[in-house]
Amino acid sequence: MRNYLNIIVAYSIMMLLIILVGIFQSWSIALTIFNYCMISAVMTLGANIQWGYAGLINFGIMGYTALGGLAVVLVSVAPVPEAWSVGGVNMMTCLGIIILMIFSTRYILKNIQKSNKRNYLIAGIIIVGLILIKIIAGPAIEQIEAVDPAKTGFLGGLGLPVLFSWIVGGLFAAGLAFVVGKVALGLRADYLAIATLLIAEIVVSIIKHEDWLARGVKNVIGLKRPAPYEIDLQTSPWFINLVEKFHSAKLDLANSLSERQDILNQLVIDASSVYVKLCFAGMFLVVVIILLIITQKALYSPWGRMMRAIRDNEEAASAMGKNVVKQHLFIFILGSAIVGIAGAMMVTNDGLFTPGSYRPMRYTFVIWVMVIVGGTGNNFGAILGGFVVWFLWVEAAPIALFFINLFTAHLPETNEIKIHLINSAPYFRFLLVGIGLLLIMRFRPQGIIPEKIIKQ
Amino acid sequence: MDLINAVIVLLNYTIIPALTYGSQLALGAIFVTLIYGILRFANFATGDMMSFGTMFAVLLTYYFQSIGINFGFLPTALLTIPFAIFMMILYMLLIDQTVFKYYRIKKSPPVMLAMVSVGVMFVTQAIIRIIIGPTDRRFLDGEKFILKATEFKEMTGLAEGLTIKSTQMITIVVTIIVVAIMFWFLNKTKTGTSMRAYSDNEDLALLSGIDPKKVVLITWIIAGILATIGGILYGLDKSYRPFVYFNNMLPIFAAAIVGGIGNPYGAFFGGYVIAFAEIFLTYAYKRFLVYILPESLEPNSLMQLLSTDYKFAISFSILVIVLIFRPSGIFEGKRI
Repeated sequence: MRNYLNIIVAYSIMMLLIILVGIFQSWSIALTIFNYCMISAVMTLGANIQWGYAGLINFGIMGYTALGGLAVVLVSVAPVPEAWSVGGVNMMTCLGIIILMIFSTRYILKNIQKSNKRNYLIAGIIIVGLILIKIIAGPAIEQIEAVDPAKTGFLGGLGLPVLFSWIVGGLFAAGLAFVVGKVALGLRADYLAIATLLIAEIVVSIIKHEDWLARGVKNVIGLKRPAPYEIDLQTSPWFINLVEKFHSAKLDLANSLSERQDILNQLVIDASSVYVKLCFAGMFLVVVIILLIITQKALYSPWGRMMRAIRDNEEAASAMGKNVVKQHLFIFILGSAIVGIAGAMMVTNDGLFTPGSYRPMRYTFVIWVMVIVGGTGNNFGAILGGFVVWFLWVEAAPIALFFINLFTAHLPETNEIKIHLINSAPYFRFLLVGIGLLLIMRFRPQGIIPEKIIKQ
Repeated sequence: MDLINAVIVLLNYTIIPALTYGSQLALGAIFVTLIYGILRFANFATGDMMSFGTMFAVLLTYYFQSIGINFGFLPTALLTIPFAIFMMILYMLLIDQTVFKYYRIKKSPPVMLAMVSVGVMFVTQAIIRIIIGPTDRRFLDGEKFILKATEFKEMTGLAEGLTIKSTQMITIVVTIIVVAIMFWFLNKTKTGTSMRAYSDNEDLALLSGIDPKKVVLITWIIAGILATIGGILYGLDKSYRPFVYFNNMLPIFAAAIVGGIGNPYGAFFGGYVIAFAEIFLTYAYKRFLVYILPESLEPNSLMQLLSTDYKFAISFSILVIVLIFRPSGIFEGKRI
């Protein structure tokens, strides 16, 4: 128990902060923050597996998050039959060509000796393939994007339940991680960081500009959600009864029947939004707990010890007969898949897919700050980091506003400096997160909850 | 005649813009490479440091304009360069003393320093946004064009016009001057040589009596000059917007690595490689081909290899390819 004391204390403080937000701002805001904290926690778990367990630096978190989001669209949106009928065949042919290209390249790589001839063959295959794709896909893309461009203009998805897409999101991210890992994992740490960051940018720019796939920057809105809709709740009697029972004391204070009805309506509207967010919170909590149990088990299994051995001394581990390259690739895929799940969760929570919003600042660097601040190599630390940093990120503006008002209280309302500072309150989040990161790196480089090695 | 027209089209829409953009990237890339070569970390705050210097230029330009100082037909921003550089160097030295120095003395691994630079990036971005805000600003004044398309047409009687913006000319000229002075400094002066020695082999350099503090100081000063000038030139040519500067960090990194990180000559050429690749691959060649091909072969489509949306993606792809097949860059060999 004593070992876990600091963890319990840290988590209690975090929960208390969120409850304080609930009391002082509103429960709806508190739950929104809590849900996003949970999503961030899943992302940090993924990044922590790569960085904390294996020492692999992955700045491409943004790309895997975006792919997870794409999976939600491709899985849950209903297919667009018109688009499929005008361009489906061509697009499927292109997919076939790509698969054919991959397999023929693999075949050549395996069966022909390393030589100039082999290089020319592969280059030939790629160029011919790309030209074929351009010829076949070009007109099809135009036709697909012309199908009711204001609403659809894309192929749509499969129309399956949205929860299924969380798994698919993980698989998508794993697929990308396999390719990235194959090409980039041999690089030195800082090169790997830059390479993964840039590959993620390429992925996002493809999602942004290929409108036939997921409408690109035109966004997909109104995605299915696994929780009930507010509007349905507000009209269902059992929910209204529940709210009535819950707030009976407050309702009894009302003077007249019409006033009572007004208060009740307002309460039902508030409660419906809280209820929906609670549903999401429950689902996210399940995912976080499952992942936490698995990662904890993995960390203290023989496999986890091997990973730490590889991280701490690659040469020694490889001398002991461990296949470092293979394990690195495996853990890279694993961590990225978890990030992909988080990406899918986030899009499900928002109910909309906005490729334009995927920016390295928010989806790579902030996540990295979470990992570093929370504690590398410790899953509890990673989750806590997700909570703390996300909380700061969201609440920085109100906190900054409070302090600005405090320090400029003696200035008149029309003072230009005061107005300027109040207008720039949202940007204090960068300052807060940046200084937080610098302080942690300087004075507690192992994070809030450091890595713990259990000796067997 | 058609051939000349075709050349003019190419010059107007690809070569001159690429040279300009390449110069801006090259300055940034040399900055990255110097920090990497001498201080030994990948500086993720590159874009924001350039933005920081430019911010002062923008503010001072507004100030100078308000008190009626201008630089004739040249942009007022050029006058502000020395002040902006001074502020930039002060800021860099402050950051170095408070943040980077600790890790340098502790000899932390480069990854650690790169993570620290992420923290610096956050802080710098915050300061910039608090001082000047995230909006788009233009601070170019003076003559906009050196050569207008209509004037060129009248002069030569050609069907195609050639436009040279004054910012393009300024960018290219200033880059040549700055880079020439820098290479002269690195190669011919004693301090420059000691910097090269320090970058090649730190221990040996220390042994031969080179003062590491001085080397670090000079590196930050040169870095400040490069970052500020690069940032101001980019801002004059396009416009000043903090977010764009952050994004520019990525092609700059690409340029530095393509040229072989730690190698200023490589970084210089890397900037142009990236710029030319971006512009040549996304240019629609239809107008060019109309001039050089016989009428029967004239293309119907735009003849564009990739849509301009993928401009950034191209430079990143080049970088990934270079990293995989030639991790030490295309100009392999000497560092600094």
